[in-house]
Amino acid sequence: MSSAVAPLVEARERWLTAIVPRPYANPYLMGFGLGLVLLSAFVIMGRGLGASGAFASGAASVAATITPDRARASHYFARYLGADGGPRVDWLVVELLGVSIGGLLSALLAGRVRATIERGPRISRRSRLALAYGGGGIMGVGAVLARGCTSGQALTGGALLSVGSWLFVVGAFAAAYAVAPLLRREWT
Amino acid sequence: MIAPFNEYGLLSDGAGLWIALVIGLGFGWCLERAGMGSARKLAGQFYLTDLTVFKVMFTAILTAMLGVFWLGWLGVLNIGRVYVPETFILPQLVGGVVFGIGFAAAGLCPGTSCVSAVTGRGDGAMAVLGMFTGIFATGIFFGSLESFYNSTARGQLTLPAVFHVSYGIVVFAIVLVALAGFFIAERLERRAQIRGERPA
Repeated sequence: MSSAVAPLVEARERWLTAIVPRPYANPYLMGFGLGLVLLSAFVIMGRGLGASGAFASGAASVAATITPDRARASHYFARYLGADGGPRVDWLVVELLGVSIGGLLSALLAGRVRATIERGPRISRRSRLALAYGGGGIMGVGAVLARGCTSGQALTGGALLSVGSWLFVVGAFAAAYAVAPLLRREWT
Repeated sequence: MIAPFNEYGLLSDGAGLWIALVIGLGFGWCLERAGMGSARKLAGQFYLTDLTVFKVMFTAILTAMLGVFWLGWLGVLNIGRVYVPETFILPQLVGGVVFGIGFAAAGLCPGTSCVSAVTGRGDGAMAVLGMFTGIFATGIFFGSLESFYNSTARGQLTLPAVFHVSYGIVVFAIVLVALAGFFIAERLERRAQIRGERPA
């Protein structure tokens, strides 16, 4: 390392170590908090939480902009578009914006914001990023088929005793446990 | 009955989106506080070294489920006007399996990937991009999936209707299963700690 950047590196190290990330909160307490948030959504709006639906709304808007004919032809995208076939503001998009702001605020106040790539010692950054991207893509396909994800199906439908939502939970966790042994290198 | 407020016309136009923002804030806050912005932590669920996912998810489900049940029983909440996700047996089971494979690979789900990305994790940002790509592509080629997507439709089917028991019995059974699950989760984490697979 050249001596010119050494003080900068040292300053960065000092700054990073000065912020001691606070430990995470009790999972049961946070689960209770999350349950109250979900219950408020039921009581106020008559609907639950979601995440993949916001992605679907975003994808529909992008499709409507770059390939309007195909967007209108897709019965999946059509429901996320306005009557004119153009983008509209969806409840879930605003909710997911809130999720991002809420997550950032919580992390900032706890000194947990840090540029990193989470991975095990035996996997390269590039492979980990590829697995995150590929995994995200596969989840996207699954969330379309299942009409929701861990938020809209597992949490929301689970709490409302929907049969399809519980089938989703069983399918998702069974599959994750089945493939996890093949992916051990990713984390350990 | 006064709830859902939105269904009984107690909300003004435009209030819904502000409520979406506040509800989202609470959702994201709880996820981050519990450590669910961390893919490594979430992945621990699938290696039985860190069962935070199970604990947070099932405590949330229990809380909301019991809240809906008691508010309904007290006559405050009209459960019939809360939107219950419709059941499509095969697409939801298959969609769940596909989703689970991606969940294990990414170590994140759609909501937690957003928290992961905004708190500085590059893998979280890639999972967000991947989700978007997957949904975009599936939406574009939706025509070929549509008949399967709409197959085995059962409407708003709930567990009490399937098992021919009362709502309260199902709620009680899920509480018992979850409590047993929490007990097992604590034991599994202690075992992982003893084996050195999990920091004390």
